Amino acid sequence: MKAFAELFTAIDQSTKTTIKINALADYFNAAEDIDKLWTIALFSGRRPKRAVTTTRLREWGAEVAGIPLWLFEECYPIVGDLAETIALVLPPNQTTDNRPLSQWINDLREVYKADDAAKKAFVLDAWARLGGTERFIFNKLITGGMRVGVSQKLMTRALARATDRDEAELAHRLMGNWHPDDTTWHALIEAQDASADASRPYPFYLAYALEGGPETLDDPADWRAEWKWDGIRGQLILRGGEHFVWSRGEELMTDRFPELARAVDFLPDGSVLDGELLVWQPGAAHPDSFNTLQPRIGRKSVPKKMLKDAPVVLHAYDLLEWEGEDIRHHPFKDRRAQLEAACAALPADAPVKLSPQLPFTTPSDLHAYRDTAREAFAEGLMLKRADSPYLAGRKKGDWWKWKLAPLTIDAVMIYAQSGSGRRANLFTDFTFAVRDGETLVPFTKAYSGLTDAEFRQITAWVRKNTLQRFGPVRQVTPHHVFEIAFEGIQASPRHKSGVALRFPRMLRWRQDKPLTEANTLDDLNEMLRVYG
Amino acid sequence: MTRAPVLTFTPEGIYCPAGDFYIDPWRRVDRALITHGHSDHARWGMGRYLATHEALPVMRHRLGDIVAEGIAYGEQRVIGGATVSFHPAGHVPGSAQIRVEVAGEVWVASGDYKVIDDGLSAPFEPVRCHHFITESTFGLPVFHWEPQETVAAQLNDWWRGCADAGKTAILGAYSLGKAQRLISMLDPAIGPVLCHAAVENTNTVMRAQGITLPDTILANKDVTAKTHPRAMVIAPPSALGSAWSKKFGPQESGFASGWMAMRGVRRRRAGDRGFIISDHADWAGLLWAIEQTEAENIYVTHGYTDIFTRYLNEQGWNAQVVPTQFEGENLDASDDSGEAA
Repeated sequence: MKAFAELFTAIDQSTKTTIKINALADYFNAAEDIDKLWTIALFSGRRPKRAVTTTRLREWGAEVAGIPLWLFEECYPIVGDLAETIALVLPPNQTTDNRPLSQWINDLREVYKADDAAKKAFVLDAWARLGGTERFIFNKLITGGMRVGVSQKLMTRALARATDRDEAELAHRLMGNWHPDDTTWHALIEAQDASADASRPYPFYLAYALEGGPETLDDPADWRAEWKWDGIRGQLILRGGEHFVWSRGEELMTDRFPELARAVDFLPDGSVLDGELLVWQPGAAHPDSFNTLQPRIGRKSVPKKMLKDAPVVLHAYDLLEWEGEDIRHHPFKDRRAQLEAACAALPADAPVKLSPQLPFTTPSDLHAYRDTAREAFAEGLMLKRADSPYLAGRKKGDWWKWKLAPLTIDAVMIYAQSGSGRRANLFTDFTFAVRDGETLVPFTKAYSGLTDAEFRQITAWVRKNTLQRFGPVRQVTPHHVFEIAFEGIQASPRHKSGVALRFPRMLRWRQDKPLTEANTLDDLNEMLRVYG
Repeated sequence: MTRAPVLTFTPEGIYCPAGDFYIDPWRRVDRALITHGHSDHARWGMGRYLATHEALPVMRHRLGDIVAEGIAYGEQRVIGGATVSFHPAGHVPGSAQIRVEVAGEVWVASGDYKVIDDGLSAPFEPVRCHHFITESTFGLPVFHWEPQETVAAQLNDWWRGCADAGKTAILGAYSLGKAQRLISMLDPAIGPVLCHAAVENTNTVMRAQGITLPDTILANKDVTAKTHPRAMVIAPPSALGSAWSKKFGPQESGFASGWMAMRGVRRRRAGDRGFIISDHADWAGLLWAIEQTEAENIYVTHGYTDIFTRYLNEQGWNAQVVPTQFEGENLDASDDSGEAA
């Protein structure tokens, strides 16, 4: 564990990409294959089976620390991470154990089937043998999610350097369903046949936001425009008579969208499509709002009624594989032509539809489209260069997203709560209200959008202007007005104000606006009427 | 007959009716007893100040022309119907707990304190009392300070590593107290220690009052990475990453604070490295200090007040939260603004 802990520390305490890549590459050059395999797995969000429940872990942690459980539970949200909270409250000690990472994972697997007493003995023994970062990492192995400042891209680059292999090829190899329990370093990274796994998706190509508008692009004739849908990005894979659906977050979602199973009836084997999963009622002119799709995302199995009420269709906008051949290097216009040909014969009730392109000749045409995007239930436009290859990850230059300006409302801050983790000592979570005569009606919370400097400033203000405390929440003097931006609004009986906002955040701190200029409940209801 | 309490908590600050004075008030009052010179405790605009001899030079430096009187640690003074004395709080040089006795009832307002000896400040001395006013900046069991030697070794290892790699090490710290403590922990054999003007001014004040500090160099406009290779720069946190720091060439930045114990905060604020070191007591230190006072009544002024108070009550003390405008170790403010924002 020592080598892995050193790697973790080197990555964690630096903000510089080169230092992180060097540390990773050094580690990949020196470590055993099985430890390397687990390191890639952990850093890409895969983890060992959870051998101990977090409830037990908290109880044992509090017990060993000699503190009441409630006190432990108070610390946890402030620290923001369970593994770290336990590591911090335990009595400090030095590491006296030199088992490698993979050995610890094996030992954890061994206790998976043991009874609670044996598990407890194992965990307490580990805490006694491990100190500092190693103890934290051990806790992380149990609780899962070794999120450090390493992106998949960065890890892939380091791996490419250490193995002397092509970065894009490695990125593809690391996609999909693999787990250290059923592969080896050799099979994953080095073996000839990288496409052995039929379900393996391609890395998604992600666009940057277009800040300056379409006037900043070169010749309009070189570009293609599409709606930017407000659904979830999905990759549909048809291989070996089976189908697989992947989310952008590399989650296999095949079972969540059973309606896509019929795609194998209409599209040839050896096809991979990139598109947007949307709820679209048969015959409707536009998709349903994201709110209808949301419950589908969370469900691992879908009840019949939900399938009927919220039917999901993949709106395809790109073709990555055709007749078993990876065509990502072909120009977008050619891939698109192939996609259109493939979709031409689809019946009206097929679960796949072609996402249309929007013809245009001038930037002002694009402005006109964007102005009507909300009516089309889109969140803006996608602009793609006609001859662009399908790249891996977020790359500048060929693909742009040009989103709608968000809806906004000026609201009054009335409650503040401190953040957790990175923001534990700042007030960052606020509740906002609109005016209704002399009273203030809370309608949303927001916790992002301000700069660190602004959060520091508002934190100092909250400390001095607290009217009342409710546990961690402080009621503050209604004084500051913030411009709240959001993507959508809908009626909600669960909220006092009767509305719920989608993705609310603080756009601006309106220090220029007095309380009396904040928006009213009537304004909010009018927005609900227009956009809800 | 009920007696008025010895100390009360008023909108102006902590008030002693028997002596008609305030302790660390945040609004203008006639008479202020000051625990230490940090800007959330020693504010401008009081009619008269009383503080330890060791605290006064910095207060005069920061507050300008004030009417102030000094007092020695342990010296008793009668003010109206109250007897007051100042006792080491170990927080920064000159910092004190203020003991107030009226008709045999003893209260101690401890200001900010730490219980480990930093080698510069008079070490914390527990004072027996009936009522103890305490901070709880780090009043959670997740805070545990390593011995000062351990942190010193980490600091010097980092500095040496930077120097060997041709980089300047820049460390952010409060200019009063934390900066001098860090300077005293550094190994001068590694390279020169350069100080931002805000820090160097405080160094000068402290040296003038007889506090021994290792040699430092004012980082004025002629001082750069070229003139002073292998340097460690000590600066207020706000100077990190500023235009001012550019002249030190290739560099790594570090931040020294108790908050660095939390990985999340460390990642948000630390730059390249975070060092866990504080002039406030950690969890065990707070509990030890409270125990030593033998007080039954505990007033928790700032920090994790609700949680800390609940724990104390569960452990058998009679504890309550009293809201104040003290800031504790506020990692996001520079104490050098004069106003602890």
